[in-house]
Amino acid sequence: MSQTNRPATKLVPVPSKNMIPERDADKSPILECQHLGIDFGGLTAVNEFTMAIGRTEITGLIGPNGAGKTTVFNLLTKVYQPTRGTILLDGVDTHNMNTVQVNKAGIARTFQNIRLFSNLSVEDNVKLGLHNHIKYGALSGVLRLPGYWREEKIAHKRAMELLSIFHMEDLAGAKAGSLPYGAQRRLEIVRALATNPSLLLLDEPAAGMNPSETAELMENIVKIRDTFQIAVLLIEHDMSLVMGICEGICVLNFGQIIAKGTPEEIQNNPEVIKAYLGSGKEE
Amino acid sequence: MKRLNISRNTRSNFATYAMVIIVFLVLQILGQGGMLSSTLKGQLVPICAYVVMALSLNLTVGVLGELSLGHAGFMSVGAFAGTVAAVSLQASIPSAGVRLLVALIVGAACAALAGFLIGIPVLRLNGDYLAIVTLAFGEIIKSIVNNLYIGMDGGGLHARFLNNTMTLGEGGRMILNGPMGIPGITKISTFTAGFLLILVALFIIFNLVNSRSGRAIMAVRDNRIAAESVGISITKYKMMAFVISAALAGAAGALFAQGQTTVIATKFDFNTSILILVFVVLGGLGRMWGSIIAAAALTILPEALRQFSEYRMLVYAIVLILVMLATNNPQIRGFFTRLSKWIKDLLLLRFRAARKLAGETDQKGGGEQ
Repeated sequence: MSQTNRPATKLVPVPSKNMIPERDADKSPILECQHLGIDFGGLTAVNEFTMAIGRTEITGLIGPNGAGKTTVFNLLTKVYQPTRGTILLDGVDTHNMNTVQVNKAGIARTFQNIRLFSNLSVEDNVKLGLHNHIKYGALSGVLRLPGYWREEKIAHKRAMELLSIFHMEDLAGAKAGSLPYGAQRRLEIVRALATNPSLLLLDEPAAGMNPSETAELMENIVKIRDTFQIAVLLIEHDMSLVMGICEGICVLNFGQIIAKGTPEEIQNNPEVIKAYLGSGKEE
Repeated sequence: MKRLNISRNTRSNFATYAMVIIVFLVLQILGQGGMLSSTLKGQLVPICAYVVMALSLNLTVGVLGELSLGHAGFMSVGAFAGTVAAVSLQASIPSAGVRLLVALIVGAACAALAGFLIGIPVLRLNGDYLAIVTLAFGEIIKSIVNNLYIGMDGGGLHARFLNNTMTLGEGGRMILNGPMGIPGITKISTFTAGFLLILVALFIIFNLVNSRSGRAIMAVRDNRIAAESVGISITKYKMMAFVISAALAGAAGALFAQGQTTVIATKFDFNTSILILVFVVLGGLGRMWGSIIAAAALTILPEALRQFSEYRMLVYAIVLILVMLATNNPQIRGFFTRLSKWIKDLLLLRFRAARKLAGETDQKGGGEQ
């Protein structure tokens, strides 16, 4: 499999004992979760979730099906309110924020089951990502005041720039719902990026992609990180992608973190191997 | 590809404007020539009002994706508020046109306020709550107006609720008389005013849809969770669409009422709400020109079917069912797609031929010089 040849990132601890890459260590982490947990009735879906992400770090969140990975995303974006623990986004507690406010504060996400505005054009989908950066009101829109023309022009230009990351400018006029599967996944990433996040959450970005598409996606995720200087947290089952681009990895099983560390550490961790492959003993 | 798409959208909007303007001009010319039957002439203002109602409901149902089952309630609010304004200002504003404009604005504002008040609790919820609440709203408005008495004398407007205990001063008159409604309205709505209101409604809806706010409204319709995830406030945009829709319905109500001699609250009942919903569904969700055609055709139809006397509504129902079957039939749809493509090709061909011809003459002209 195509693994990017990258120098191994050294992880160093921050004051809270969480590890982030050495190159981000001079700044505080963009995200810190402490003892995060949520119960659904009597079921504890996520418990004692503690981790930090550096400002330009690509972090992987892996684990078997039903481990609670997407629940972590839903906690971070406040689709669910956590039962316990704190989330510090750039040092700010997101305790009182809702989904919209968390996005404005800098977290953007994609979804495991693609959620595009499927009846709208590709360009409109990206412009909706830019929504809070387009500055004109409903009245200017209805009366077509100068603000409308100026801002729409800027938005169009910006949308095209963002689409060009994935070479999708030609598809700008197409209906989002009519795009092929891979393009829909890429469009979701572009839409998330349009909100100008400091942390991008990708929920299984390579799902349903073939190996060459996955390799291209890996390059693009790294490119996005380098260009926008943002942190990426991704859920993925494709180990070539996770081991290829992630600097820190966090392994979840039954809602608990069972291992954290660099790809090399994770690959050799007996707990992780047991969670994925079983212990080999009759239980 | 992008240019094509944008121009396709704009083209469809312009075609809708053009359709409305052409129909208006044709009807005006026919009216001048005395070629319109008096029944149709009498129907022109109600048709305009129902077209605006259909456009307004299409904004809620087609663009916002929420169901309103009490749109006649907003029409009612607009009709009575507008008429009270028009009647009470009869002395101070002699010009009928200005008075109608004031009535439309008052009607729109009152209906918008009603929409806003309903929207505060309901639009925070997801699901079919709006349908349930608007259904109740329509009935509540009917009861309120049935029990409302408004009179005017030298001291201004007086209002009583439930029973009329009013003693009006000298020269005073009752405007709204409970279940009797408002009798003796001066008809100040004209076909031209209705036509202008349709244009204004189209202008507002088209420009809203193709703007930042309109995109957000459609995003909420397409995927609520995704809309929130990109920082779009669901409640705000639902409210915006719903209030604009209510305001347009209020204006339509005011227009409608100023074209009648009497308005009573029971005119704007559940049946009217459903009738407007039928216009929207038949014309196509989110398709404004469809709403216009459906509203106009279905308002004329019962009058046109008068010859069937008591079987009138039966025939009306059969026509409705046939139209619905026809518009959902893939073969018939395919036929119309082919037909429109054929017409487009034909026009394009002629256009190209004309351009070619023009090009040739140009070249000839150039050669001679």
